[in-house]
Amino acid sequence: MIPELGQFALVLALGLALIQASLPLIGAAQGRDEWIALARPMAAGQFVFVAAAFLILTHAFTIDDFSVRYVAMHSNTALPFAYKVAAVWGGHEGSLLLWMLILAGWTLAVAAASRSLPEAYAARVIGVLGIVSVGILSFMLLTSNPFDRLLPAAVDGNDLNPLLQDPAFAIHPPMLYLGYVGFSVPFAFAVAALLTGSLDKRWARWTRPWTLGAWLFQTLGIALGSWWAYYELGWGGWWFWDPVENASFMPWLAGTALIHSLAVTDRRGIFKSWTILLAILAFSLSLLGTFIVRSGLLTSVHAFASDPERGLFILMLLMLITGGALVLYAMRAGRMEAEGGFKLVSREAFLLLNNILLVVATGLVLVGTLYPMVLDAAGYGTVSVGPPYFNTTFSIPMLPLVLLLGLGMHASWLGMRGETLVRKLVPAAIIAVLGGIVLTVVVSRGLDNVLTPIGIIAGLWVVIASFWDPIMRLVRRESRTVPLSRAQWGMIVAHAGVGLFVLGVTVTSAFTIESDQAMAPGDSASIAGFDFEFRGVREVEGPNYDAYEAEVAVRRNGSPVTLLAPQKRVYRVQRNPMTEAAIDPALRRDLFVALGEPLGGNAWSVRIQYRPMLRFVWLGALLMALGGLLAATDRRYRAEQRQAAEVTPGRLVGNTETA
Amino acid sequence: MTPRRQRMALIAAVVAGVAVSVALALVAFRENVLLFFSPTEVVAGEAPTERGFRLGGMVAEGSVSREEGSLTVEFVVTDFANSIPVSYTGLLPDLFGEGQGVVARGQLNTDGSFDAEEVLAKHDENYMPPEVAEALERAHPEGSP
Amino acid sequence: MMWRYAIPIVMFVGLGALFLNGLDRDTRTIVSPFLGKPAPEFALPQLEDPEATLSNATFGGRTSLLNIWATWCPGCRDEHPFLNELSESSGVPIYGLNWKDDRAVALTWLDTLGNPYTASGYDPVGDVGIDWGAYAAPETFLIGRNGTVLYKHIAPLTPAVWETEFVPRITEDCGSYPCK
Repeated sequence: MIPELGQFALVLALGLALIQASLPLIGAAQGRDEWIALARPMAAGQFVFVAAAFLILTHAFTIDDFSVRYVAMHSNTALPFAYKVAAVWGGHEGSLLLWMLILAGWTLAVAAASRSLPEAYAARVIGVLGIVSVGILSFMLLTSNPFDRLLPAAVDGNDLNPLLQDPAFAIHPPMLYLGYVGFSVPFAFAVAALLTGSLDKRWARWTRPWTLGAWLFQTLGIALGSWWAYYELGWGGWWFWDPVENASFMPWLAGTALIHSLAVTDRRGIFKSWTILLAILAFSLSLLGTFIVRSGLLTSVHAFASDPERGLFILMLLMLITGGALVLYAMRAGRMEAEGGFKLVSREAFLLLNNILLVVATGLVLVGTLYPMVLDAAGYGTVSVGPPYFNTTFSIPMLPLVLLLGLGMHASWLGMRGETLVRKLVPAAIIAVLGGIVLTVVVSRGLDNVLTPIGIIAGLWVVIASFWDPIMRLVRRESRTVPLSRAQWGMIVAHAGVGLFVLGVTVTSAFTIESDQAMAPGDSASIAGFDFEFRGVREVEGPNYDAYEAEVAVRRNGSPVTLLAPQKRVYRVQRNPMTEAAIDPALRRDLFVALGEPLGGNAWSVRIQYRPMLRFVWLGALLMALGGLLAATDRRYRAEQRQAAEVTPGRLVGNTETA
Repeated sequence: MTPRRQRMALIAAVVAGVAVSVALALVAFRENVLLFFSPTEVVAGEAPTERGFRLGGMVAEGSVSREEGSLTVEFVVTDFANSIPVSYTGLLPDLFGEGQGVVARGQLNTDGSFDAEEVLAKHDENYMPPEVAEALERAHPEGSP
Repeated sequence: MMWRYAIPIVMFVGLGALFLNGLDRDTRTIVSPFLGKPAPEFALPQLEDPEATLSNATFGGRTSLLNIWATWCPGCRDEHPFLNELSESSGVPIYGLNWKDDRAVALTWLDTLGNPYTASGYDPVGDVGIDWGAYAAPETFLIGRNGTVLYKHIAPLTPAVWETEFVPRITEDCGSYPCK
């Protein structure tokens, strides 16, 4: 009976979403205050019912209610309790419910934090979010109902995919969805702005903190996913350019471009139509990602069991939401007049370059991801585009991007003399080049690729250029100047994160040493100055799996470094073997050992990897997210909220702040 | 810059960016696109010998063998019409097994055998990689074998 | 200059058409080489009774279904209730091909979930499955009165697929639906 209540809650939520998606929008167009006022209560009610449905599904998992088909497919009595909860989003239907819960959550947050906006504008934003809700809720109820019954009930469940029984996986989808779905908010702000017609730049100011919020969760989600793939898939890579990974990466790239272009629109009132287009693009790529993962159109290790019918539904949704927004854009974007031009050497110009390079990078990833499908549709057979394509083409827009980044951070709004900018940063550039050369010599054993020192120098350059202002302030003891704002610190920290990321990627991809070995007890392998001694394999028992566990002792110059215990697990329900790698992490280098299969005569195949500076990749991502957090919580946005509440809606407020 | 010049610069930059990216994509594609072939197509001589490709099919029952203690494993990939012997050195994926679908990336030798650099198996028991499924469908003899 | 704001929508429509095309070409809707051909010759011991045989002769010139299933396959569990329903309502005998499975586990499964099959063949190695071109479970074949394969469906059987693909073919082959 309780699962039926869950389904009923979803139906009620759909009903409220239908009202939320229609009346406030009509009310805003016709100036009916009582319809406009419906937006917030509908959003709140919708959240309550979606949350209730989510809790009911979670409850079904925790009590092992195998009369619910989704529970029977993804859980098992022997599954540890924490994974029973995480199993709620372990399959298509439940993860869609999580998607919906997060959408309802973002809508509620917008409803609660939009008191300072003109009422009609807030109603339009919430109405547009309602349209998205209607789409997702009807998708769920029509094709992917998580509360479908399985009668007679299963005796025991099919178990959660062992790959997903992992702490990082438990939080990876929620983070990622907070980002994916969060881009619906700037999308809704943009569409509402188009609906309003004449649009002033305050729109950009209101959108910025929301975009930063979505972007920082997306950053964390992708980093978590990469970390999970590294230690759980057992292959020892951290990024595979897999369609599903690309699906989460493309909205991130577009979102990054959006953050920067919003800054220009906010400060200078230019690039308006471009910013709107990016907001539409970022959310459309999120929807496209959902489509790719769930349609079976592209194959991937992460893909859900796919279903063309579902694919068709999401495609219709994408057509409706993105197509509708783009038609509106074609009709209205021309009305947005720029409030002035910009100079060649100025913050605006650098941010324009940033946008072009990021959009080109997005395009390259999109082309590589969709190309197999294009070729298949044209009847040229089945092809795949390998990681080398992405590695090569992606680094081409990225290199100028990071080199220009250091300059752009120090360029002034409205323009400055190029000479001044260059002179300011010459010392930073010299330090980066010298430091890069030293670091290359230290980490490398023989140089084989000219791009490696360039990447290292570029990474250092970004880190140093990011911190150049605070460093100079310290050196010159300039206490009289205005302290750096939280937003400026956010920019510094996030960009330093980019630098560390570039450094980590360059070093780890250039100097990783990987070796597959056949090892019998007593055998030793020497890799990158570390000796790996294979001491044999024993059988161990986990809560819901049996495993072979190897013991590998690692020494360096005779002194012990660590003892690694990689496992080969067989989960008892699904009977599939799974590799559980053992890792010795450190900031300087990771040591990775995975156990393969028995080769006969006591020997096993073993994969050993030495990965220098891999942690910098994720550390960089964490700093980017932290920077996003700092920027999103700048007092300017809170002050704006208080201030705007007192200003008559519709009147353009001049921006007198200086950078 | 005047607004008009600024717009021209913007359009020029966008056009240049798109042009460069398309050019890059085309070049990188030529080098990095891997075609997929079934054993039947390989036997028919459709697969290249001078560059790598992906071979897909089922691992034939009873065909997996290795010398004791060696990392090199040999098996036969079949679509039930034709078969190709494959040799691979390294760790096999978890779900690799006889009677299972497999995709191998590597190079064809002149003697008709295949050296795999990478072996991919499906990730759950339910469905095959679609390209393997398709290859099996195409290759299957009419009626019974 | 308004036209340039319409560029995104034009590009998007092109992309949408591509996706639609991609969905249509889903590999699961490929026409099987079996269609219209005689069903492969096979003979298997039955699941419930190893002494008895399931073979082409078992179909006995009636419109029949052959369903490839296994206890390890979640999709089979998915479609099982629907198969139970069909065994009551359709008038078409459903034969099972228990594929790469364990006899004891398979029998328990039928006990628990109900047995829609008139008889099931037991194919632990998967040889016969291969003869039928099976590469995934579940798959369902429709066999006509003259012993030819009329239709093949891969992935769980759903009421929608049943109504659109199976019912018209059964009506034509058998003369009525439910089949007498």
